[in-house]
Amino acid sequence: MNRRRLATGVASAILLCAALPLSAAEPIKIGSFLSVTGPASFLGDPEKRTLELYVQKINAAGGVLGRKLELVIYDDGGDPSAARTFATRLVESDKVVAVVGGTTTATSMAAIPVFEEAQIPFISLAGGIEIVEPVKPFTFKTPHTDKMACEKIFTDIKKRGLAKVGLISSTAGFGASMRTQCLKVAPAHGIEIVADERYAPGDTDTTPQLNKIKASGAQAIVNADFGQGPAIVTRNVRQLGLDLPLYQSHGVASKSFIDLAGPAAEGVRLPAAAMLVAEQLPDHDPQKKVVLEYKQTYESTQRQPVSTFGGHAYDGLMLLVQAIQRAGSTDGVKIRDALRATKGFIGTGGVVNMSATDHMGLDLSAFRMLEIRGGDWKLLY
Amino acid sequence: MTPATRSKIALLGTLAVLLLVVPLLFPSAFHLRVAALVWINAIAALGLALLMGLAGQVSLGHAGFLAIGAYATALGPRHLGLDPLLSMLAGVFAAGILAFLVGRPILRLKGHYLAVATLGLGILVHLVVVSEVAITGGPDGIQVPRLVLFGWRVVGPEIWYAITGVVLLLATWIALNLEDSSTGRALRALHDSEIAAAVAGIDVARHKLLVFVVAAVYAALAGGLLALLNRFVTPDVASFLRSIELVTMVVIGGMGSIAGAIVGAALLTVLPQLLTFFHDYEHAVLGLAIVLFMVFLRQGIVPGLAGLFARGRRA
Amino acid sequence: MAEFLQLLFAGLTVGAVYALVALGFTLIFQASEVVNFAQGEFVMLGGMVTVFAFKAGVPLPLAALLAVLVAVAVGLSLHRFAIEPAKGATVVTLIIVTIGASIFIRGIAQIVFDKQFHALPAFSGDEPLRLLGAAILPQSLWVLGGAALVVVGLRLFMERTLFGAAVRATAANRLAAELVGIDTRRVLAFAFGVSAAIGALGGILVTPVTLTSYAVGTLLALKGFAAAMLGGIGNPVGAVLGGVLLGLLESFAAGWISSTYKDAVAFVVILLVLFALPQGLLGRRAIERV
Repeated sequence: MNRRRLATGVASAILLCAALPLSAAEPIKIGSFLSVTGPASFLGDPEKRTLELYVQKINAAGGVLGRKLELVIYDDGGDPSAARTFATRLVESDKVVAVVGGTTTATSMAAIPVFEEAQIPFISLAGGIEIVEPVKPFTFKTPHTDKMACEKIFTDIKKRGLAKVGLISSTAGFGASMRTQCLKVAPAHGIEIVADERYAPGDTDTTPQLNKIKASGAQAIVNADFGQGPAIVTRNVRQLGLDLPLYQSHGVASKSFIDLAGPAAEGVRLPAAAMLVAEQLPDHDPQKKVVLEYKQTYESTQRQPVSTFGGHAYDGLMLLVQAIQRAGSTDGVKIRDALRATKGFIGTGGVVNMSATDHMGLDLSAFRMLEIRGGDWKLLY
Repeated sequence: MTPATRSKIALLGTLAVLLLVVPLLFPSAFHLRVAALVWINAIAALGLALLMGLAGQVSLGHAGFLAIGAYATALGPRHLGLDPLLSMLAGVFAAGILAFLVGRPILRLKGHYLAVATLGLGILVHLVVVSEVAITGGPDGIQVPRLVLFGWRVVGPEIWYAITGVVLLLATWIALNLEDSSTGRALRALHDSEIAAAVAGIDVARHKLLVFVVAAVYAALAGGLLALLNRFVTPDVASFLRSIELVTMVVIGGMGSIAGAIVGAALLTVLPQLLTFFHDYEHAVLGLAIVLFMVFLRQGIVPGLAGLFARGRRA
Repeated sequence: MAEFLQLLFAGLTVGAVYALVALGFTLIFQASEVVNFAQGEFVMLGGMVTVFAFKAGVPLPLAALLAVLVAVAVGLSLHRFAIEPAKGATVVTLIIVTIGASIFIRGIAQIVFDKQFHALPAFSGDEPLRLLGAAILPQSLWVLGGAALVVVGLRLFMERTLFGAAVRATAANRLAAELVGIDTRRVLAFAFGVSAAIGALGGILVTPVTLTSYAVGTLLALKGFAAAMLGGIGNPVGAVLGGVLLGLLESFAAGWISSTYKDAVAFVVILLVLFALPQGLLGRRAIERV
C-alpha cells in the first residue's frame, strides 16, 4: 500500500517534470463561440475574421509569454442553447484558458454560468447590461451597454425638443434588455414612452406594431434590436409613410444595415463607437490612431468595410492578451485579476478603466451620435 | 423461450453491454456528454417508433411534447419553487394529459390530414414558448437549476451518462414488452387495416390513443432529461426542424424497429457533433438523407441489415 | 378607417402570396394526391435567385425570368428524382420525402447564397400612395395584380387547351385518364413545373415588400397549406379564396388582437378546419380519401 503510494508519487513527479518544459512550448488556448451565421451574422462574421487575423499577427510577432496562441472558434448560429453547448465543450473538451466571444446578449447570458463555474475568464462582445450588472467574478464585456444607448438617444431626442417616444423592440436578448433599460431611464430624461411594442426575432413584418405607434401620437421612434431586425423595422416605417425621427442602437453599426434598409435608412440616428467615422474624428482624439490602424488592417486584408463589431472582438482579444502578459500566467484567477486591473487601455470602443465593480470600464464620452446620410455614416457629435 | 423473447433479451443485452463499453472507449467528459445526448434522443425516438412503426400513425409535431417536458423542468423551479425532478415528472404527466385530450380528435384523421394536424400542434407549442416571454424567457431561453437528490448534487457528465443510460434501458424494456403484448398485436393489426381490425373486435380509437400517449410521455421524459443535462432550455427544442429530426431518426433506423430508433438517434446526434466544421452543410445533408432513405431504403438501416444478415446465413 | 384600410391592404398583399402557394399545392395535389411541402422553397428560390442575379448586374426583368427558370428546373427535378422513384409509397412517406426535399433545397440555398436577409428595389418606387390616411405601397399593387393574372391565366389554360383538359381529366380520375391514353406522368411533371413557376413569381413580387432569405420557405409552405385546407384541398378557387382569407385573418388578428401571435392564426385555422369543417369552405368530401 505504502509502496504503491510512493510509486505513484514518483511517477507523478516524473510526469510533472516532463510536463513543465513541455507546457512552456505548448500554445495558449483561447476559446470563442460566435454567431458567424444566422440572424446575427453581420456581427459574428467580422468578429471571427478579426480574432483570426489578430491571433495570426500576435503569433507572427512571437506570441504571448513566449508561447503561441491557439484559437478555437465555434459557430453558434445565434442560438443560445448551441452557445451553451459550445461553452461546455470549450471548457470540458478544449480546455481553453480564457474565452473571447458571445456575439449576442442571449448567447452570452446562456454561456456565462459555464465559465463562472469553471473559473474561466470570459470577455463578451454583446451589448446587454445584464452581462456585467450585477458583476460576475469572471465575466467582462467590451461594447457600450444598452443603458448607455438609451441615455444617449433620449438626450438627443430632448435636444430636438421632443418628448413622446414610441418604443419598438425585439423579444430576444439585446432587444429585450435594451427595452427594460430604456423604460427605466426614460423618466429621468423627461421622456414619455407612449407606445411599447414588441416583435419576435425573425419576424419579417412589423407594420402592425408600427401602426399602433402611429396611433399613439409618438414624436420619435426608438428601435431596440440588433442585426437584421432593425432593417425590417426601418423599411416598414418608411412603407407606412411615418415621418418621425427614427433611432437605432449600436447594434446596427455596420454597412450591411444600410445596404439592407436601402433608402429607408436615410436620416436614421444611432449612438455608436468611433470606428465607423474614424476619418471624421478630430486629430487630438486619443482613439483616432488605434481606430484608424485597426480599420486599415481590417479593410486591407478582408476587403470589406469595417464594422464596430469586429472592433469589439479586437478590444476583447487585446484586453485579454495584455492581461495574460501582466499576470505572467495562464491561471484563470490571475488573468481575471489582471483584467480587473486594466487602466487606460485605448480600444476601438473607447478608453477602458476596469475595476472590481466595473467589468466594462467605458463611459459615455466615447459613444458618438451618428446619422445616416447619403448611404454613409455622419458624425454628429 | 420464444423467438420474440430471445430477440428481446438479445437487444436489451446488447444495449446494456454498449452502455458499459462506451465509457471505456470514450472516457472524456465531452464524449460522455454526447453519448448522454444520444440516449436522450433515443428515448424520444423510441416513443415515436412505437407510434409510427407499430401503429402506423405519424406525428410531425413531436418536438412539442419534448418541449413540454423540458420547459416544465425549467419553469417549475423558477416560478413555483418546485424541485426540478418533481417538475419534470409533472411535465411528463402534463404531456400525457395533453396527448390524451387532443389525441382522440387528431387520430381520427388520416394520412396528410393527420400529419398536418400534428405539425400544427407542434408549431403552436413552439409559438407559445417563444411568445410568452415573461414566463418562458422567450427566445433567450431559460436556465434550469441543478438537480439535487437527497442533498447529493447530481453533477458531471459521467453521472448523467449513467442516469440517461439506465432510463433508456428501462424505456426500451417497456417498449419491447408493449410491442410483444396483446396491445402490440392489436396495434399491428390496425396498422395493416383499420377496418379489418375493427371487424376483429379491436377498439381502434382506444389503442391508437394509448400509443399516442405513450409516445408523448417518452418525448416529454426525454425533454426533461435534456433540460437537466444541458441546464438550459430554448424554444429550439420545440422547433419544426426538431420534430423532423425525430421522425428522421425513426425513419433512418427503420420504421417499426426499436433497435432502429436507437441507431437512428445515435447517427443523427453524433454526426452533427463530428461535423461542426461542416456546420453549413448540416441541413443539406439531413434533407438529402431523408429523401434518399425514403426513396431507396424505405425499410431503414436496422431491418435492412437484418435482412442482409438473414440472407447471408441462409446462403 | 385609416387603420382598417391599412390592415386590409396588408392582409390582401400577404394573402395574395398565400393564395399563390396554395394554388401550387392544389395543382400538384389534384394531379397526384401528393402534398408538396417543398412548395415554399419555390417562393424562396424566386426571391433569392432574383436578388443574387440582380446584384451580379443582370437587369431586373431578366433576373426574374432566370429565377422562374431555376425554380421550374428544381420543381421538375424534385418530381423526377424524388417523387417518381417513390411512386406507390404511402401518403406519409411522400410527405416526409417532400419535407426532406425542402430541407435539402434550403440547405443548398444557404450554401449557394447565404443566410442573410436580402431586399430588392420596388418595381415602381418606394413612395407609398395615400388613401384615406392609409399608406399603400405601389409594390402591393404589383403583388395583387400579378396574383390575379396568374389565377386568370391558369384558369384559361385549364379550360381552353388540350393539355389543360388532360390535367383536369387526371385530377378527376387518374385511372380513367390513363385508360384514355393520357400520360399522367407528364401531367404530374407539368404540375410540378407550373407550381414552381407560380411560387417563384410570388417570391419575386413580394420580396421588395417583405425581404427574403434562405429560410422563408418553411413558414410559407405551412401557411399556404393551411390556406389550401381552408379553401378545401384540391379546389383551385378555394385555394385562392383560402389564401386571401388567411392573409386578412392574420393581418386583422395582428392589428386588433395580438401581433406576437400573428403566425399562430394559420395553425389554429388548420386545426379548426380539420376538426370542425374537414371539407374546407368549398371542398368536396375529402377526409376519407387517403
